Amino acid sequence: MSSDSSAAPPPARAPFRLPLHWLGAVPFAIFVLLFLIMPTMRIVVGAFQTPEGSFTLENIRGLFTTSILSAYWISIKISIASALLGCLIGFSVASAAVLGGLPKWIRGPLLTFSGVASNFAGVPLAFAFLATLGPVGLITVFLKSQLGIDLRALGFNILSFWGLTITYLFFQIPLMILIITPALDGLKREWREAAQILGATNAQYWRLVAFPILLPSFLGTLALLFANAFGAVATAIALTGSSLSIVPILLFAQIRGDVLGNPHLGYALAFGMIVVTGIANTIYIWLRARSERWLK
Amino acid sequence: MSFLTLTSLQKSFGPVQVVKDFNMSIEKGEFISFLGPSGCGKTTVLRMIAGFETPSGGAITIDGKSQQNLRPNQRNIGMVFQAYALFPNMNVAENVAFGLKVAGRPKAEIDARVKEMLGLIKLDHLADRYPYQMSGGQQQRVALARALAPKPQVLLLDEPLSALDAKIRVSLREEIRQIQQQLGITTVFVTHDQEEALSISDRIVVMNAGKADQIGKPADIYNRPATRFVAGFVGTLNLIEAKVVDPAANRISIGDQGVTLREPLGNAKAGDTVSLALRPEAGSIAPDAKGDTALTGEVVSSNFLGSVIRTRMKVGESIISFDMFNSPGLVPPTVGETVTLRFTAGDLLVIRD
Amino acid sequence: MKKFWAWGALIFGLLYFILPLIGMTNFSLKMRRGVYSLDAYAVVLGDPRFQQTFTYSILMALATIVFGVLLVVPTAYWVRLKLPGLRPYIEFVTLLPLVIPAIVIVFGYIRLYNTSSWLPLTGSITGTNILLMFGYATLALPYMYRSVDTGLRSIDIATLTEAAQSLGAGWTTILAKIILPNVLVAVLSGAFLTFAIVIGEFTMAALLNRPAFGPYMQLLGANRAYEPAALAVMSFALTWGCLGLIQLVSRFQKGAQSAT
Repeated sequence: MSSDSSAAPPPARAPFRLPLHWLGAVPFAIFVLLFLIMPTMRIVVGAFQTPEGSFTLENIRGLFTTSILSAYWISIKISIASALLGCLIGFSVASAAVLGGLPKWIRGPLLTFSGVASNFAGVPLAFAFLATLGPVGLITVFLKSQLGIDLRALGFNILSFWGLTITYLFFQIPLMILIITPALDGLKREWREAAQILGATNAQYWRLVAFPILLPSFLGTLALLFANAFGAVATAIALTGSSLSIVPILLFAQIRGDVLGNPHLGYALAFGMIVVTGIANTIYIWLRARSERWLK
Repeated sequence: MSFLTLTSLQKSFGPVQVVKDFNMSIEKGEFISFLGPSGCGKTTVLRMIAGFETPSGGAITIDGKSQQNLRPNQRNIGMVFQAYALFPNMNVAENVAFGLKVAGRPKAEIDARVKEMLGLIKLDHLADRYPYQMSGGQQQRVALARALAPKPQVLLLDEPLSALDAKIRVSLREEIRQIQQQLGITTVFVTHDQEEALSISDRIVVMNAGKADQIGKPADIYNRPATRFVAGFVGTLNLIEAKVVDPAANRISIGDQGVTLREPLGNAKAGDTVSLALRPEAGSIAPDAKGDTALTGEVVSSNFLGSVIRTRMKVGESIISFDMFNSPGLVPPTVGETVTLRFTAGDLLVIRD
Repeated sequence: MKKFWAWGALIFGLLYFILPLIGMTNFSLKMRRGVYSLDAYAVVLGDPRFQQTFTYSILMALATIVFGVLLVVPTAYWVRLKLPGLRPYIEFVTLLPLVIPAIVIVFGYIRLYNTSSWLPLTGSITGTNILLMFGYATLALPYMYRSVDTGLRSIDIATLTEAAQSLGAGWTTILAKIILPNVLVAVLSGAFLTFAIVIGEFTMAALLNRPAFGPYMQLLGANRAYEPAALAVMSFALTWGCLGLIQLVSRFQKGAQSAT
């Protein structure tokens, strides 16, 4: 509380000794350098190199072809849709549990379940949705035989934009619940009471106080969910094989067999992914820092 | 009719009755403190006035108008919370403007009022700051300005100083009192700190276990505690057990030393035990001390507290504390020494529970 | 009204999560025409490739956990104790694997550690296994580091260290006997999460051509109908198990703390 604590006198200077403390961080630094930084740098550098090793912008320019651009575009669309819907639905569920007057015991199981569901991604998740919304899936069959609704005839296909989006939502919604619940808890009772006693209606409280306070976490989580969907490979491949041309699937095929006919175009493709998720996460980190500053 | 009346107010949370039959009339412009330990129900009474809690029984009226079916946002009350509760997403000016904004006042009026309020709390220069950029004391002043901006009929202060450092606590409480008198606003102040309550109130309500034990002016509460609880909670009164010797003549004995009281003993019989209160600053052990009554005892401890020296002596079964003002030439009594404390018999109060 | 809305949101959320789980369970039991049976599970469990890949992934997960703990615990401890200025940077680095997609990282590995490079890890099976393990450790880094760092924050490591030193303990003893037991719950949480991540991981294993459980599931999914659903049910149970164990150990710690 007191601001004086920061003005504490600096610790007394230790007698001179060779500074060897940094040695303790060396193994970690080597690991990170070898298996995180350098591989990534290799991609970034490779994106600007010819096969002979000289500098070029040709690879980046190569991204701007119709097929690659449309792959990025579909990827971005799926990521935005699943992030947006994930945020909205996750927020509704979390606020129902925290503020909606539901029994207290619901929270614990809800958070535990969200923890499990947000980690249940990848290949098995695709199987679960194929078994549910696929051509012979539980819901598809039920709707057709019991209610006479033919999803396929309505244009729905699990191996499509919406199919993938709905599948991604299975881990996006719980992730939103996990991140936004603490933010909802951070809304102090006194803020609501202060607004009320100052004459605000419930709607005014939400519009002027609660929503602006939650907005940074909300937008921040949106960015995180976006990156989360954008980098997802396994679910997409297991669900669609290679029938849907999204960036991760394209890159996967390129690494396996150079389908683009230019190894360095693969670098550029990967570099593009880093740029997109990097932007999303920069937004996330920036907004999160803002909201934490408010809520401390 | 009083401005704010609380009649037979009651509140139960499940089987626990937190407020039992609370009655109080507050005049317009009065500064009232609810004083009591935590859990005595003082905050619950305040929250019922604000409308955050619904009374289980009884009535609240403000300016003759029943508050029963009014929600908090319809009551025109200002409130300051212990934890400031400033809106973190708004700067100082926006926080102060909030009440006027939701009431739909014109912008020019809001701006003028905000300016006036910031002048009142002397924070004009911080209008653009956000809460996290300010100290606790500054935040609480902004909270006060925010509560006062819509010109509420009643101001409620819920332990507004207890989260602050000791020094700021004193200066802010003086500022609160000064602003309250300047605006003449009816104010209810909840605190567990007796010094705070004594220093700024017109009247104090000492609360104990959901009831008002005593209502009175600060000096009365301090000098004439009505119950053993008030005597113990307010100030550092000595509670002395005494034996009635002769009720007709007001004669009692403390240890084996006889004393004649000014106050009548009522219907006590000889041999009964009575409780007496004595303020630590009432007597003196100086050789030239005046007083018609004296008690002699052995010094148990003597502590230097800065402006005073507090000495405790043993008389019979009771321990009696007394204070001496510090001065450079004063030699404090030593432990084991026998001293005689002189005071007037009128300072010994009979406590009736 | 408010409650109605709240229940509605909750029930919608629940249906969203329960229906796919029911769907896959239902599907996994329908291999034999007309009746529910466990045939799909029997086929999967009896498949030698299932046994091989599952064993492989479990071994990889255990190796990753051991390596991760050995890397993260001393580093997080040392940084908190002696290099607090480095903390923001280290924290940033540990979050990078969430930013850089796994497919990009493994792409970098393939180009950086191929047979003609200075460190030809992909040239041998053992080398590739080690590379994959490092890759998994990278993926798990954000979770592992965060978990351990949070654990360290709750104990006063400076005092514990000085107390141990004054009693004559060396660094290894301090880490193994003082620090590790005190952050055991945090380490276990990180370990179970790592296990859940590694066991079904697809991208890295597939691109490094290792016979792991993830690629096996994908292969089966492309060629069979009912067995994948059975695999999905088993994976879900496994994830549940890991996350359940995290809950259990953290509850155990709370109990232990309130008992002291």
